[in-house]
Amino acid sequence: MLELAAVQGVSIEDQSVAGSPLAIRGLTVSYGQKPAVFSVDMTVQPGAMTAIIGPNGAGKSTLLKAALGIVSPLSGQVTVFGKPLGEQRARIAYVPQRASVDWDFPTRVIDVVLMGLSRQLGLLGRVRARHKAGAMDCLHRVGMRDFADRQIGQLSGGQQQRVFLARALAQDADLYLLDEPFAGVDAATEKAIIAVLKSLRESGKTVVVVHHDLATVTDYFDHVFLINTRKVAEGPVAEAFTAETLQSAYGGRLATAQIDQISRALG
Amino acid sequence: MSGEEFVPLSLTPLLIGVFAAIACALPGNFLVLRKQALIGDAISHVVLPGIVVAFLLTGAISTWPMMLGAAGAAVVAVILIEAIRRLGQIEPGAAMGVVFTTMFAAGVLLLEQTDTSTVHLDVEHALYGNLESLIWLDATGWSSVLDIEALVGLPPELPRIALTLVGVILFTWLFWRPLKISTFDEGFARTIGIRTGVLGMALVITAAIAAVAAFDAVGSIIVIAMFICPPAAARMMTNRLETQIAWSVVFAIISAVSGYVLAGYGPLWLGGADAVSAAGMIATMSGLILALAALFGPCRVRVGVQNSA
Repeated sequence: MLELAAVQGVSIEDQSVAGSPLAIRGLTVSYGQKPAVFSVDMTVQPGAMTAIIGPNGAGKSTLLKAALGIVSPLSGQVTVFGKPLGEQRARIAYVPQRASVDWDFPTRVIDVVLMGLSRQLGLLGRVRARHKAGAMDCLHRVGMRDFADRQIGQLSGGQQQRVFLARALAQDADLYLLDEPFAGVDAATEKAIIAVLKSLRESGKTVVVVHHDLATVTDYFDHVFLINTRKVAEGPVAEAFTAETLQSAYGGRLATAQIDQISRALG
Repeated sequence: MSGEEFVPLSLTPLLIGVFAAIACALPGNFLVLRKQALIGDAISHVVLPGIVVAFLLTGAISTWPMMLGAAGAAVVAVILIEAIRRLGQIEPGAAMGVVFTTMFAAGVLLLEQTDTSTVHLDVEHALYGNLESLIWLDATGWSSVLDIEALVGLPPELPRIALTLVGVILFTWLFWRPLKISTFDEGFARTIGIRTGVLGMALVITAAIAAVAAFDAVGSIIVIAMFICPPAAARMMTNRLETQIAWSVVFAIISAVSGYVLAGYGPLWLGGADAVSAAGMIATMSGLILALAALFGPCRVRVGVQNSA
């Protein structure tokens, strides 16, 4: 472990890097002049469910995308299970924001789930019955088995989100990264998704979710990571998700955000 | 029509038309889905400066340097478009518009500065191509297809476009899975290790090669039409990409064959005297097919748009 860390240029004292499913050090990402994420350190705890929270435009999605190599950072390094990202792609599953793709794309639900097997299938490997059965099983876990042959554009928003989750399940990863999976979905879908994520945690997987609903943080997650371009707080929910940390992450915007969240929590 | 008449006069232009149509329609499927369909238009314009530069360098009008010049210009344009799109963070259509008008204008200026009396680059040729003139005079009938001596006399455009088509088919077949995944969900594609930037570039370069090879034989009208019309019509026939590709090939073949036949005989049937441009008629037929698909295609209604929540 120590040797590995040394090879990657991570300081040897920082043993948390080697043991973490996802360790980010000194990450800065910029789209143009202003940095979207500035000098962020993050150490995800294994076997836990972590929420990344922060106001709009705080760099939550950017942090996730940079951790996955979708956007290139200006500086910083990402270590996945103690090794560079490039060597660990098979152990990561990613659920992008639903709105990031064109749902009019000519493909069926089952084909999207099968995309999760593409590393396994390779360039020209044929999709065999066992792959299909595996994909159907993933659809079953998110309650979408009956929709396998539908064109993806015919689904509701919540159903589309479940299909994306099924694709991530098909990847059979150890680390699951989800970008706003609860955005604009119905209550039944939210329940179904959280049940799947909790079952992943039960089987020892690590789950990281970009989340926007402050009211559900304590119910859903063990750890939080508060960000507003810079890291604000990180740790178990009881320690890091407090009035002070929220105030410093959300600033003046908290008042309205909080009223909104609390009134929603009270129904 | 007998083989004696058909093989020398119509077989080669027909095959060249069909091959060019398929070679453009195949990458066109992905370009249309990626909202990059205008790239065909862009490529056929930027070819001009490439040809002029090739002429300036070699001082002669010969096919290979000009093809290389055209292909080089297309690649430069594609790289410029990608660079402007990514650095400027603007939509691809705008980046293409900027690049192809500028390069075309530069080509016109360059052409003016050269000794144009020796250069024969006319606009008509570039637009309509010379499909009808690509005849096979050494052929005497169907038996010539197996006659090596006669095959030597084939118009060089035929093996060129055939080779291009084979290349396009190989590229599509080999990179089918990454092409499909990255076209649908680029972010996800990257997380599973697909190099989407390189792949996207390879796709447009493949399209550029197809465009240049087709342009040489059939002119820019067919190139632009074939990149867009068969794939767009095919999209309205099915909700599966695999089936869409098959439909686009069928539509490309129908456009090429019916366009060629109608251009040659249509005016005669209508009592006119002269044949019309085959390239123009092929492009028209592809537009007609698109219109029919838009009116009657089973998947023309875009359900996804209604699901806003």
